[in-house]
Amino acid sequence: MFKFILKRVLEAIPTMLILITVSFFLMRFAPGSPFSSERTLPPQVMENINAKYGLDKPVFEQYTTYLTNVIQGDLGPSFKYKDFTVNELVSAALPVSAKIGSVAFVFAVVFGVAVGTIAALRQNTWLDYSVMSTAMLGIVMPSFVLAPVLIYIFSINLGWFPAGGWLDGSIQYMVLPVLGMSMLYVATFARITRGSMIEVLNSNFIRTARSKGLSYSYIVLRHALKPAMLPVVSYMGPAFVGIITGSVVIETIFGLPGIGKLFVNAAFNRDYSLVMGVTILIGFLFIVFNAIVDILLAYVDPKIRY
Amino acid sequence: MLTNKQNLDALDKFSENLEIEGRSLWQDARIRFMRNKAAMVSLVILFLITLSVILVPMLSEFAFDDTDWYALHEAPSAVHLFGTDSLGRDLFVRTFIGGRISLMVGVLGALVAVVIGTVYGATSGFIGGKTDRAMMRILEILYSIPFMFLVIVLVTFFGRNIILIFVAIGAIAWLDMARIVRGQTLSLRGKEFIEAAHVSGVSKWNIIRRHIIPNVLGIVAVYSTLLVPSMILTESFLSFLGLGVQEPMTSWGALLQEGSQTMEVAIWQLGFPAAFMVITLFCFNYIGDGLRDALDPKDR
Repeated sequence: MFKFILKRVLEAIPTMLILITVSFFLMRFAPGSPFSSERTLPPQVMENINAKYGLDKPVFEQYTTYLTNVIQGDLGPSFKYKDFTVNELVSAALPVSAKIGSVAFVFAVVFGVAVGTIAALRQNTWLDYSVMSTAMLGIVMPSFVLAPVLIYIFSINLGWFPAGGWLDGSIQYMVLPVLGMSMLYVATFARITRGSMIEVLNSNFIRTARSKGLSYSYIVLRHALKPAMLPVVSYMGPAFVGIITGSVVIETIFGLPGIGKLFVNAAFNRDYSLVMGVTILIGFLFIVFNAIVDILLAYVDPKIRY
Repeated sequence: MLTNKQNLDALDKFSENLEIEGRSLWQDARIRFMRNKAAMVSLVILFLITLSVILVPMLSEFAFDDTDWYALHEAPSAVHLFGTDSLGRDLFVRTFIGGRISLMVGVLGALVAVVIGTVYGATSGFIGGKTDRAMMRILEILYSIPFMFLVIVLVTFFGRNIILIFVAIGAIAWLDMARIVRGQTLSLRGKEFIEAAHVSGVSKWNIIRRHIIPNVLGIVAVYSTLLVPSMILTESFLSFLGLGVQEPMTSWGALLQEGSQTMEVAIWQLGFPAAFMVITLFCFNYIGDGLRDALDPKDR
């Protein structure tokens, strides 16, 4: 097991390097500059600015400097927000995204699995059909449709929850963003769980367990749930990626001061160092999370050898 | 015994009969697909939507970029079936023009993804060995790159042109396709009937043409149908952020973005594009499910 984890961690290093390299050169060769504005600056001022951010050095030297800094956890100064470093901006925004994202993720897994299991146990009844067609609706309804609809119903018409804002993450400000972000994944997890649960419940070892006279709920919880979780666990990686990506839209709609909004603003402002920093951070999160999912999968599935 | 003339004749006759009565994989699949009501209904609806995104903008008396300052935010009426938007443009025409762009981006993006993915996956699976391992390693690396973020960067920095968007989102989505095709090719390569064809002297090219391609095609077809809606979603995602198509041209994502800004006063501006988009996505998903059921070899 330890060897497997170590291998997984070592594999992540080249991926990380490629990501840093790609985003660095993408930024460097992008047309336009973060300092260009309507008012052309005198060349001396431009020179000073370039010198301050090290933009006057050869590209390769800039690259190696950036790489060493990133490895030490320093993402450099922001080009647009003059007095802030990328680290400061990111560490202010990350807790917001992490809070919504993790609540949405846990909600999607727990609720999705529960609903899917119930649908599987009541297969081909009205309960199953209604749950599954609702799930289909959840799948085709993208977050940028669902979120405005939620706002329309719950904020504008009913007035239960605020239509946006954060207020240090108090609960009533979190309900709608979390719902808007997680419905797609609740639906997907429900569908996956239902499918795999039905397959597991029809397998031989469940019949054996039933013929031994075990109670049904015991069989489901003790025998069926774990093997049925395999496809659920392998979908956790893509779901995590999707929730992070979706945060861009959700945070824009609800006006939340998180990573997604920070990223979009940075891209619009051509704040190269901030864009690079966030991209690298997100890539790092993807890699770490995928590694965790793989390790979890190896634990759940005895067939996986490492 | 087999070389006996009588037997050979009988065999010939038998095989002739077989050809008359036998159904090909595709005929079989078509019959199964036709029996699937949800999929057939979806197919009809989708056909109607496609037809109307092509025809409605041509036939309507309004152009999609005609502004009318006396009819801002007008509610749906006999003149403007879906009402008007904040610049007094007819939403009926705009919804269908937007649908044209969304469907086009969806289909073209999916096409790019399918071509790259199939070629990559088939090559990797068919060659096997070290090449396969290297190609799969590359795929794994690409998997952990946050593409959506790179696309946003690409689009903001290199200009918002629609071709770039096609290519960019097509280039993201081929990864899954490549994996699926590779797995299918790999498992086919080891199958007995391929070995049998090989032993009886069928050329490599003919094996690929007669056996590999038809068997992979099924799963490619299913997956392509499911790719189109996800491409439409990606395009809308970008348009929603204001990074997709540019005014006065529009797409469903862009319409949704405008609609969500004005929903307090003019809910129809959100409602109509949203309904069309959701129905289209529904249809593609049901057709994809239907195709999967129809082509799934396990079902036979």
